[in-house]
Amino acid sequence: MKNFRYMAGVAILKLEADKCIGCGACETVCPHRVWKVEGRQAVIVDYDGCMECGACATNCPVAAITVNPDDGCGCAAYIIQKWLKGEGSEACCGSNCC
Amino acid sequence: MVAKNYYFVEGFVETSAGRVTRVATKLAWPDFFGKLRARLGLRRDSYLVSPGLYCVGQPDHQSPVLVTANYKLTFDALRSQLGGLDAWILVLDTFGVNVWCAAGKKNFSTRELVRRIELCGLSEIVSHRRLILPQLGAPGVAAHQVKKESGFEVKWGPIRAADLKKYLADGLQATPVMREVTFSLSERMVLVPVELTILLKPSFYVLALVLLLSGIGPDFFSVSRAWGRGSAAFGAYGLGVLAGAGLVPLLLPWIPGRQFFLKGIEMGVLVVTGAFLLWGKMIGSGLESLALISFVIAVSSYTAMNFTGATPFTSLSGVEKEMRQGLPVQIAALVVAIVGWLASPFF
Repeated sequence: MKNFRYMAGVAILKLEADKCIGCGACETVCPHRVWKVEGRQAVIVDYDGCMECGACATNCPVAAITVNPDDGCGCAAYIIQKWLKGEGSEACCGSNCC
Repeated sequence: MVAKNYYFVEGFVETSAGRVTRVATKLAWPDFFGKLRARLGLRRDSYLVSPGLYCVGQPDHQSPVLVTANYKLTFDALRSQLGGLDAWILVLDTFGVNVWCAAGKKNFSTRELVRRIELCGLSEIVSHRRLILPQLGAPGVAAHQVKKESGFEVKWGPIRAADLKKYLADGLQATPVMREVTFSLSERMVLVPVELTILLKPSFYVLALVLLLSGIGPDFFSVSRAWGRGSAAFGAYGLGVLAGAGLVPLLLPWIPGRQFFLKGIEMGVLVVTGAFLLWGKMIGSGLESLALISFVIAVSSYTAMNFTGATPFTSLSGVEKEMRQGLPVQIAALVVAIVGWLASPFF
């Protein structure tokens, strides 16, 4: 996926390094190879590759990872609905987008 | 016993927890028709199989358990890769949505998985305590939580079902390539028809509005003007859709820039240039041309921006950011288009 790059510096992705136990779950589940365990510590090696899918945060057994908690898909129609009608009331385009 | 609707059922396997349906690993004609229909975006939300336990081959208590979603397209993609294997397939209820999107919406979830394990009596059917899940299920399923609540260990399988055989043969080891999503030309191409189908309904409203606005002139309203100018304006809309929902997905990695609304503008300019080379003489005044060009750009930019929802690499934060920049541009282009189009008959 290195040939597809989205905007830099926007993803909400944080690691509380002192909590990390280096289990490597994040590295396994990330579909964009954002994580790498070096020594006994997970490291973000490709921050701008993150699409905020949330796989790493969900699977971190010590809750050391934070990802944008909004689980909406990234289509414009969905976001416009969210802006117009307020958080929570939006419906994705049926099952049409994702 | 095998009903006509269940053409993909080959038979049943008796287990201590009851009969389990054995499904074919070769796809049949109805599967291909169903796939085609789903890819066209027609009645996609009712294309599903019943959640529960299935199997392929002649599995026993030691056979692997593969977990998947109940979208028929997903189920077919999985079983069609399992020829020659003996395995259990645990289908979760994701309301007919694929694994990744259902995981994002927390329907392919820890809770549903734990519940489904119990409902199917899985611990009576297999003696091991291991499940193989598609990697893209990870946003919704917490492996450590599943272990705690059900005793089953989650093994993250490859992203693509096509890699499953190698993954199983290698002792549940995935290569880095198996763990990374791709977005190849063919993967982008299959998404285009759905993008167009989604636009079908709004397009009727656009058509009605375009005919209405195109007929207005010094003599209040003229039907012949509505038809003549209306078809030109609707043609511009079509070009915008072609650029934004067609060219942008197909040419995505080669279009300069990262933001989709910009890629849409670029492709809009491209089709406008093409249209002028082909039909330049047919378009009337400068003001009319300006209006049509603005319309193409507004539509191509917006439809391109909407495609972010179908890609596997755009973050929600990023899309929101680009929309704050893109929407004002698109609205401005639309205003220029409408004002120019309404004003031109008066000059």
